[in-house]
Amino acid sequence: MATEILMPALSPTMTEGTLSKWLVKEGDVVSSGDIIAEIETDKATMELEAVDEGTIGKILINEGAEGVEVNEVIALVLDEGEDSAALDVAATAISTVTPEVTSPAEEALPVERPAAVPMAVMDADEPALGETIELTVRESLRDAMAEEMRKDEAVFLMGEEVAEYQGAYKVSQGLLEEFGDKRVIDTPITEQGFAGLGVGAAFGRLKPIVEFMTFNFAMQAIDQIINSAAKTLYMSGGQMGCSIVFRGPNGAASRVGAQHSQCYGAWYSHVPGHKVVAPWSGADAKGLLKAAIRDPNPVIYLENELLYGSKFEVPVSDDYVLPIGKAKIERPGDDVTITAFSIMVGKALKAAEILAAEGISAEVINLRSLRPLDTETIIKSVQKTNRCVSSEEGWPFAGIGSEISALIMETSFDWLDAPVARVTGIDVPMPYAANLEKLAIPQVDDIVAAAKSVC
Amino acid sequence: MAARKSATKKTTSHKGAKSASTSRTTKSAKSPSPEILTDVQVQFYKDMLKIRRFEERAGQLYGMGLIGGFCHLYIGQEAVVVGLQGNVIEADSVITTYRDHGHMLACGMDPKGVMAELTGRVDGYSRGKGGSMHMFSRERGFFGGHGIVGASVPIGTGLAFAHKYNGDGGVNFSYFGDGAANQGQVYESFNMAGLWKLPVIYVIENNKYGMGTSVERASASADLHRRGEAYGIPGKVVDGMDVAEVFKAGQDAVSYVRGGNGPIILEMKTYRYRGHSMSDPAKYRSKEELAKMRTEHDPIDRLRQRLLDQGVLSEDAFKEIDKGIKAEITAAAAYAQQSPEPDASELYTDVLRDVA
Repeated sequence: MATEILMPALSPTMTEGTLSKWLVKEGDVVSSGDIIAEIETDKATMELEAVDEGTIGKILINEGAEGVEVNEVIALVLDEGEDSAALDVAATAISTVTPEVTSPAEEALPVERPAAVPMAVMDADEPALGETIELTVRESLRDAMAEEMRKDEAVFLMGEEVAEYQGAYKVSQGLLEEFGDKRVIDTPITEQGFAGLGVGAAFGRLKPIVEFMTFNFAMQAIDQIINSAAKTLYMSGGQMGCSIVFRGPNGAASRVGAQHSQCYGAWYSHVPGHKVVAPWSGADAKGLLKAAIRDPNPVIYLENELLYGSKFEVPVSDDYVLPIGKAKIERPGDDVTITAFSIMVGKALKAAEILAAEGISAEVINLRSLRPLDTETIIKSVQKTNRCVSSEEGWPFAGIGSEISALIMETSFDWLDAPVARVTGIDVPMPYAANLEKLAIPQVDDIVAAAKSVC
Repeated sequence: MAARKSATKKTTSHKGAKSASTSRTTKSAKSPSPEILTDVQVQFYKDMLKIRRFEERAGQLYGMGLIGGFCHLYIGQEAVVVGLQGNVIEADSVITTYRDHGHMLACGMDPKGVMAELTGRVDGYSRGKGGSMHMFSRERGFFGGHGIVGASVPIGTGLAFAHKYNGDGGVNFSYFGDGAANQGQVYESFNMAGLWKLPVIYVIENNKYGMGTSVERASASADLHRRGEAYGIPGKVVDGMDVAEVFKAGQDAVSYVRGGNGPIILEMKTYRYRGHSMSDPAKYRSKEELAKMRTEHDPIDRLRQRLLDQGVLSEDAFKEIDKGIKAEITAAAAYAQQSPEPDASELYTDVLRDVA
């Protein structure tokens, strides 16, 4: 049975080409790797190598032929011991299998297509606070890490200044003393390198907490966070889990200028393959960080420097874990829904107080988790209040508010009494001057004004 | 694939042999004798030939439109991974960039599963969702298959970190090319590996061209093995076209790294016969250069000749081996075409793991 040599596709886009030259003639003996012809593709002239060994029995397409379609038989090769009689027998090149490749257009999508917004699907109730103690957010984060490190030897903390310096913002205070330098590790100032190292350690079944001094610096590592951590489970068909937490302060601090003041909520929330959380209170900080550390997936944990010193009542229990993907109604109301995350929750609550004094009852939702987003809580609230103001520190274009607006438009169009209003950071790099910075960051008054505009 | 039996005269015990033909040995004791047992050499021959035949077939399937996108063939470089893998034990981990088919086969992954991934079918190692550049096998200690030049190096260093953290005695083999050797994150990794004495062997596969740009045109210093000096990491140049040399260099490197001395760099001087990817006509190098490498330095031909000269195997015996490998690869190619495309529901799976 002679073996067919087919016109090859030599680039991802080639459908036909020119057979410029034969470098063998009928009767020549060829072996694997021998160059037998030159093919001109849509990009370049390429050499065609023999895969099978044998004798060139017949050349079917003469050199110089143009427009030869990919997979057209261009020559027949006789195997050892075959004679030219075999040329009459049609044979496929490498198998008798005819590949049936369905084109994507013909293929029906599965019935249960997920919604455009990654939604949280959960019945989990808000866990009870139980016994509480007044703690700062900083202490709550530290406690969460310490408790999980006590429970699981695979959990370790690495980052710049996390060990001997006790954390650039003193979040890791006391951890080196308790856990030693095997598990609390100062890294060089090389974000891409240590983020990637963390991903590798997670592939090696450890559970790293990678602290970025701020998320601004994580931009140097964003390839490792997205391409390596978030995508590998999918690319490996489910084999390569990556249980890792990337945490650190996010958003504007105070007077540190454009490169150090930026909200990455929308950036990371855009990406499938990881989760994104942004705590506000001390209980959020503890419950969400413990959930993040226990989660088998990468979790982007966005803190806020200005909140580190804020005090809250925090559960004492070392098993206080908040379900990721569950928002919290911080203040119920009837006239307008205000969504917020991280530091904006505090501002939204203040705005709600001012609005209450003016007779407007605002419902404040602490999103807590940006991906997956608790769409159910948002939708229920908006269908009750018929109005929504989203608030965030990030820029307006393609922001979290844009997503929430789209969600409400898609699900609650008929319930709306006014268009959704977005309160965001101003669409400029963060200025340094105190007055300009204040103008660039959304304030309580901006939320009040937005709420009034829709009521 | 290769029976990872001790290649030295000293015997080693097997633990958890993964299959009859793919076991990885336990720690190979350091042997003063560099002589490689003939049956190991024969195995090297088979392993290299299997990679070559696999890659030729992959090239053919690409030509038929059965493999899409990018496809980077390893033809010419087989001795590097085969020689080094001869030193791998159960606890070790392997990682590389996107020219990865050879590494997968050398790790003992099934050619059927690898080829089926290339054709984007459900029986591929990543269920058809990874493709040529993104394949993994935890079972075989192969951690990818990474498409971003340089990005696998911090990850490999992290695997080494985990080996040390867990005290499992494992070493990471971190393969990357001369192109990746200029990436910043490689040096961030060298720094941490040197600082923390991590058990990692950095294998720079210097095939002379980063895509179409020669090492000399891309690197201020072409001595890639010296790139670790600033971090206290020793380096060595190895003839990557000679599987015996590679194996021996690997033995020394493994013994150094397993001894707790920190990382080491092996610069493998090698050559790829094909273009960077399937659509690269390789006009940046001369035909003479390629022809010289193929005729004078081919790792498979060289070993074949050596085994013939030593009377280890006859021409007929080689023919039998060649026939067997051809049959295995042909079966893999058929399998890769018969396996169905992934079900449409696969689109949505494996994005996140369920929380326990």
